[in-house]
Amino acid sequence: MLKMQDVSKVYRTDLIETYALRNFSLEVSAGEFVAVTGPSGSGKTTFLNVAGLLESFESGSYSIDGTDVRGLSDDQRSRLRNERIGFIFQSFNLIPDLNIHDNVDVPLRYRRLSARERNERIGSALDLVGLSSRTRHMPSQLSGGQQQRVAIARAIAGDPAFLLADEPTGNLDSLMARQVMELLEQINELGTTILLVTHDPELARRAQRNVHLVDGQISDFRAYEARPLAGTDAGATLV
Amino acid sequence: MQAAMLGYYSHLALRSFRRNPGLTALMVLAIALGIAVCIMTLTVYHAMSGNPIWWKNERLYVVTMDNWDPNNGFTRGNAETHMPPPLMTYRDATAVLHSGIPERTAIMFESGGVVSGVGPVPVRVETRFTTGDFFPMFDVPFLYGAGWSRSADDPPQPVVVLSRAMNDTLFAGANSVGRTLRWNDHEFRVVGVLNDWFPRPRFYDVTEGAFSPPEDVYLPFAWGRALDLRSAGNVDCWKAEPLDSSEQFFASECVWVHTWVELPDRASRERLQVFLDNYWSEQRKGGRFARPRDNRLSNVGQWLRDQQVVDNDNRVLVGLAFAFLAVCLINTVGLLLAKFLSAAAITGVRRALGASRRQVFMQHLVEVALIAGTGAVLGLGLGALGLNAVRHMYATAHLGRPGGYQELMHFDRTGVLWAIALAVLATLAAGLYPAWRVGRLPPAVYLKSQ
Repeated sequence: MLKMQDVSKVYRTDLIETYALRNFSLEVSAGEFVAVTGPSGSGKTTFLNVAGLLESFESGSYSIDGTDVRGLSDDQRSRLRNERIGFIFQSFNLIPDLNIHDNVDVPLRYRRLSARERNERIGSALDLVGLSSRTRHMPSQLSGGQQQRVAIARAIAGDPAFLLADEPTGNLDSLMARQVMELLEQINELGTTILLVTHDPELARRAQRNVHLVDGQISDFRAYEARPLAGTDAGATLV
Repeated sequence: MQAAMLGYYSHLALRSFRRNPGLTALMVLAIALGIAVCIMTLTVYHAMSGNPIWWKNERLYVVTMDNWDPNNGFTRGNAETHMPPPLMTYRDATAVLHSGIPERTAIMFESGGVVSGVGPVPVRVETRFTTGDFFPMFDVPFLYGAGWSRSADDPPQPVVVLSRAMNDTLFAGANSVGRTLRWNDHEFRVVGVLNDWFPRPRFYDVTEGAFSPPEDVYLPFAWGRALDLRSAGNVDCWKAEPLDSSEQFFASECVWVHTWVELPDRASRERLQVFLDNYWSEQRKGGRFARPRDNRLSNVGQWLRDQQVVDNDNRVLVGLAFAFLAVCLINTVGLLLAKFLSAAAITGVRRALGASRRQVFMQHLVEVALIAGTGAVLGLGLGALGLNAVRHMYATAHLGRPGGYQELMHFDRTGVLWAIALAVLATLAAGLYPAWRVGRLPPAVYLKSQ
């Protein structure tokens, strides 16, 4: 599925080199829900950007479903990102002058699907997040939680294998955050692999596996017995 | 690119315009102004520098011979041209006419006259005295009838050809072939009426204003001598000689006759050149042609260049117009960059959702193309308005008819084609870099800043 081996990512300026990821190795299997935690500047977002093919890396290897991404052209990387990966961002990143329907439509457009198929997928995705009645609304007409649900609908409309979520509840109050997490868990139960970057240890505990980063390196692995059921506050059991 | 994606990109472009209407309008206006100025200057330049009978460029030649002052060459203004005079003496022109070598020969001069006997009042007319070959040589279109035959040239027959405008004035546009009129109290029979004909520049005689309209009345050349007429056009003399009588004038070294020949091939051209050189040698033995031999056959393009129909000021003006367009485009590039970079976060989102650099590039290029297209259309409109304004500013009347620059300032098909070509260039010049640049933005940086 997703396999990183000794991946290093360096940010260079004229004076200094900063390792955002240093010999980072991780394997994520299909259907897993993995939380990536760590303090600010530990490399969580860089990891997500590299995993989502938004950034290149200096050394190591990275493959998705057995395909080594290093040799891919921009077109190939974009296609892979479009078809296999969905993104959810902390600040939702909806396009402000497109309505809900058109926002969810964006990744489907680049896949060149027919209008009929796109509409079906948009309808299903918005149904899943409970916003099918708001298709003509603009993002500014929705609450933060609703906007994040639209972003989730946009991420899953293309039926990706991976969902990469960067602090998806960071801008939400606790109630909204819980709803979003429940939604992510629901999506994971449907078979989508989720990589969740978060500061929040409580959210991290709801994942099956917790990867803790410090200075671009994995400092700790924690695996949990089972993900808590959606809608409960029960914590996971460390094994 | 699939049509669906093109439609999608157009839809996004229109949304983008709504997002920054002021900035968009500024860019459209910048392109439109640049294109309008270029259209105006190019239209004028094209009209002034075009060869109006290009299809005969390798057949039509002006004949010139350097009969000038042995001590001082022919001058235009105060500067020596280092060329023969543009006109010929009557003696030399008729020698070419009677050489029998050209397929056709037209010798000519311009004079004024008064037409009477038709209508209530006499009409003053510009008149060209020429040989019958003038009309087929220059592919002059006829509305009614035709020109006169060679047999009507000498001795001259009382035949006349009218311009369409003059036929409208005298005969209310009716077919006047066979009707008679009086030119300076001599009776002439109408044998032909020209259709609309306004070669720009008036290549066959650029000495009296290269952009003046053609004459209203055409009479056989030999009537000039028969009626003891002098040219009302350019008459240049260098030699102190008596010019009191008509005989003296026709035998003088004064140049006043335009001499055009139609030579179908290289062989006939060479034959005429040999003829001119032999004629020059004979005349030199008789005391003429004291200057070095310079007998020329110049085709239309060369002739227009030699006569400086398009002066350097016009070329400079075209250069300045393109410089202005470049400034407009550079400004547009800056505005486009600002516009695109201000939406970099949205582009970052699109990249994250699967748009490739190429797709981002194409999306923005479509936006640029729409801006440039709108600018081009607006530029066409502004250009037309500008030409119209110039037309009114420089409005002149030529015997009651529009003439000179006024007629030059029409918005012709070539001008429109130039505008379209300019719009394409503007699109490429102004849009390629910003569209490419925005596609190269690292999406991760802008995603975080959204």
